[in-house]
Amino acid sequence: MELHEFSLRELRQGLQERDFSSVELTTTLLKRISALNPALNAFVTVTESKALAAAATADARRAAGEDGPLLGIPMAHKDIFCTAGVRTTCGSKMLEHFVAPYNATVVERLAVEGMVMLGKLNMDEFAMGSSNETSYFGPVRNPWHTDMVPGGSSGGSAAAVAAGLIPVATGTDTGGSIRQPAALCGITGIKPTYGRVSRYGMIAFASSLDQGGPMARNAEDCALMLNVMAAHDPRDSTSHPAAASDFLRGLDRPLQGLRVGVPEEFFGAGLDPEVAAAVQAGIAELARQGAAVQSIRLPNNPHAVSTYYVLAPAEASSNLARFDGVRYTHRAANPADLTDLYQQSRYEGFGAEVRRRLLVGTYVLSAGYYDAYYRKAQQVRSLIREDFRRAFAEVDVIVGPTTPTPAFPLGAKNADPVAMYLADIYTIAVNLAGIPALSVPCGFTAAGLPIGMQLMGDYFADDLLLNVAHRYQQETQWHRARPPLQAREA
Amino acid sequence: MAFDHDTVRRTAHLARIALPQTEIPAVADQLERIMGLVEELRAIETTGVPTMAHPLDLDQPLRPDTVGNHDQREVLMASAPAAEHGLFLVPKVIE
Amino acid sequence: MDWEVVIGLEVHAQLNTATKIFCDCPIAFGAEPNSHTCPVCLAMPGALPVLNAAAVDKAIALGLAIGAELNRHSIFARKNYFYPDLPKGYQISQYELPIVGKGTLTVQLADGVEKVVGVTRAHLEEDAGKSLHEAFIGQSGIDLNRAGTPLLEIVSEPDMRSPAEAVAYLKKLHALVRYLDICDGNMQEGSFRCDANVSLRRPGAAYGTRAEIKNLNSFRFLEKAIEYEIVRQRDILESGGQIVQETRLYDANRDETRSMRSKEEANDYRYFPDPDLLPLVLDESRIERIRDILPELPDAKRTRFMSQYALTAYDAGVLTAGRVLADYYEQVAAGVDGKLAANWVMGDLLGALNKAGIEIEGCPVSAEKLRLLVQRIADQTISGKIAKEIFEEIFYRGGEVDAIIDGRGLRQITDVAAIAAMVDAIVTANPQQAADFRAGKDKLLGFFVGQVMKASQGKANPDQVNAILLERLQKS
Repeated sequence: MELHEFSLRELRQGLQERDFSSVELTTTLLKRISALNPALNAFVTVTESKALAAAATADARRAAGEDGPLLGIPMAHKDIFCTAGVRTTCGSKMLEHFVAPYNATVVERLAVEGMVMLGKLNMDEFAMGSSNETSYFGPVRNPWHTDMVPGGSSGGSAAAVAAGLIPVATGTDTGGSIRQPAALCGITGIKPTYGRVSRYGMIAFASSLDQGGPMARNAEDCALMLNVMAAHDPRDSTSHPAAASDFLRGLDRPLQGLRVGVPEEFFGAGLDPEVAAAVQAGIAELARQGAAVQSIRLPNNPHAVSTYYVLAPAEASSNLARFDGVRYTHRAANPADLTDLYQQSRYEGFGAEVRRRLLVGTYVLSAGYYDAYYRKAQQVRSLIREDFRRAFAEVDVIVGPTTPTPAFPLGAKNADPVAMYLADIYTIAVNLAGIPALSVPCGFTAAGLPIGMQLMGDYFADDLLLNVAHRYQQETQWHRARPPLQAREA
Repeated sequence: MAFDHDTVRRTAHLARIALPQTEIPAVADQLERIMGLVEELRAIETTGVPTMAHPLDLDQPLRPDTVGNHDQREVLMASAPAAEHGLFLVPKVIE
Repeated sequence: MDWEVVIGLEVHAQLNTATKIFCDCPIAFGAEPNSHTCPVCLAMPGALPVLNAAAVDKAIALGLAIGAELNRHSIFARKNYFYPDLPKGYQISQYELPIVGKGTLTVQLADGVEKVVGVTRAHLEEDAGKSLHEAFIGQSGIDLNRAGTPLLEIVSEPDMRSPAEAVAYLKKLHALVRYLDICDGNMQEGSFRCDANVSLRRPGAAYGTRAEIKNLNSFRFLEKAIEYEIVRQRDILESGGQIVQETRLYDANRDETRSMRSKEEANDYRYFPDPDLLPLVLDESRIERIRDILPELPDAKRTRFMSQYALTAYDAGVLTAGRVLADYYEQVAAGVDGKLAANWVMGDLLGALNKAGIEIEGCPVSAEKLRLLVQRIADQTISGKIAKEIFEEIFYRGGEVDAIIDGRGLRQITDVAAIAAMVDAIVTANPQQAADFRAGKDKLLGFFVGQVMKASQGKANPDQVNAILLERLQKS
């Protein structure tokens, strides 16, 4: 096995035993990035010299006797997390030249542990998209098939981890943006319980739905990352006081007696038969390990997409108002007056999908429509949460497909925004409720595209989800499969 | 529901997005599709159902009234598209 | 037929916290532009608000002082609009559920009548920055130092029926926020700002359409603006026109209100609950802690002054209008006659301050010094007339009361023999006038008193002069 395929545990062992230094590891991965990134476009920015400096610092810390699960290990951040001194674009022309003078809390916490940031990862513009095609910096390609999308919005993170450019990455998930690209790229990614991971310095799309999380090649690596990422942050009013936990502790618990619920609503029309079969096989594996599987109902789940497409654009229309051409963003040349400055800067700075969602959000909040759309959607959101409450009285984990289909070709869904929105049909309800969910690889299509299985848990059951995923990965090999990129390396 | 061009223009103005005239028909069509997707919400029975603004059932935390950081003006204004004498510049604001 | 004016006021009081409402930047007037900013108040990407506890406590204090309902559960909402002094593109405010609900404020009118004005609500929100127009050609400079300063917006019911009532309410509220030490009340610097909603109606009829008048940064401007508005609206209504609901700006130089370039034209604020902030929950212990440290409020102080110092309602009202003045008065009145102290504070002192354009906070005469002066009148060391001279001296040039008295020999003459000698000399020198007085020209007593006082250089005790003069003039 080559260095770029190592898990975090293996990397730590190698660093501890001085098989390689962090500088050597970093150099290896930077080379791999320069060889493979042109085809994948997973990185928006590669911070080579800063990375080598950080690696040297990590090596010095290790030489001084320090050790830690993440010390000296390379990673990269979704370009939605602000990084002091390194530009943060959020996949947008609007922030093409924006350099934050501060680190996001997540960035700061991982840096303190000695992780080495190799750069910033491509994403759908302002996290609005499910295919990574809305990025101003061009689409990311799926490492398993470069004519296919990697999913979105954390598509750069998923592609880079799947391609072995980095062992782990950060992502964010507002309606499936960690889980859906994880599924489409064959990696493991968890959207934690809302309030686990600080949103400070993470550019907001929809504040009540956004949650950062790790994306990695297995559940244990996710747990190692989440151990650092999850923490109460006084700078984020929505950060939970009990956010921190040890996610490794229960990782090995056997699944005997685990109550698994399979929602009927996740296996209806629109589900690709190959995806359905792989997920059913995954559920069978859980049963084989002793889980008790039962069918459940989430009757309001079919309303999740429409609820989301009221609430998320509404919050976004307000969150993105700060990008106005005045203080740090793109500014249109020679504006005629103040209104022109706003309107032109925002037309030029935002791409078509972002503009569309800002218009939808502005519309549903505007006078005369608030009750019909916004308030109504907030009520349906309550109903969706109630569905989960009822379900979790009976089961410990809910299991279903992460996505209705495997990765689709670039451009396939560009004509109809609604077709694209339906790619998140199984992931959105989780964000509306605020519960944790993760995606694990559970098979491949005949064409060789990865398939993801989604595990959903009750509030603060993140550790249980990682436990189930980890046990599943002890008995399956899907997560070990690597895309056939070697042949293209120089 | 019909999404007429005037609604698109009015909404675009509220959102401060300069949509060129030529894009309006296409945008109207897309918005109509999206609002068509959302339309099904209206039929859901929600009498007496509380609104849910937030996933957490927590109270707003309070911060002590203690002065922090500052002054970081230079670094905070480093990305400003137009600034002079410590001020952000914009076309004249007319009261 | 008569018109009745209906007035409601919206007051924005900047809370005098150390830091901004949602970040830990200091609040200070007059700092270098944008020097008191951070990622939060500059609305940089990913920056998030966290609520300042002191702003909440100051809002609670106001709520308790006006006997208002305190909402145990209140919500922050976003008011969305684009303006360069509003960096986030929305103002965090409270909309459907404010922290302070219905309360009342009792105001004293000039005729001694009390009036209870309803307070609809008070809510927390953040102030905007400032646009500076002068320094650049064709451009405005944006200073965001003020952005994020906590504001308490206090909204009255449309309960006022005259400009005087509106002024009385505003003065009372102004005094109250300063008593509570929640706002410095500086109207020039904009830390206490007032908008007035003014409409006319026939008495007993439904409310008419109102105009909202902005930029009323003094009590006088409030009065003038409402007076102007009454005439403007009456003229329109009486010529068969209709009032347009609009925002109008008061121009103090021209003493008129004028329509603001239709700012509302496309305004649709799209309020919705701020998802970055959770519900603000007030627990009883927090409220009780604030109640325990509330200072004595103006109404209670006024009542106490009336009984403790035997003052009239009017005098007690004037002296308790501000906490600093009330404290000043109490120091002057310590150990001397309350009424005499009140006369001095309200008459000579406030008169001199007014003439000099100084607030009581900047008064050049300390309360202790004025107390000593009043004391010297009470113990008959000096006469009231001499005291006025000394007051002028210490007010404009400084110095110590006793040193001036001794240095200039101003001590009052109370020696009966000495005064009698002066009286005799004057009577002797003016035989004709003495004869006329004895013949019944009583008014000539004033002439004699004046002559004696003049001879004594004002130092003779006037009461004694009077008594001895009457005795001597009758005698012969």
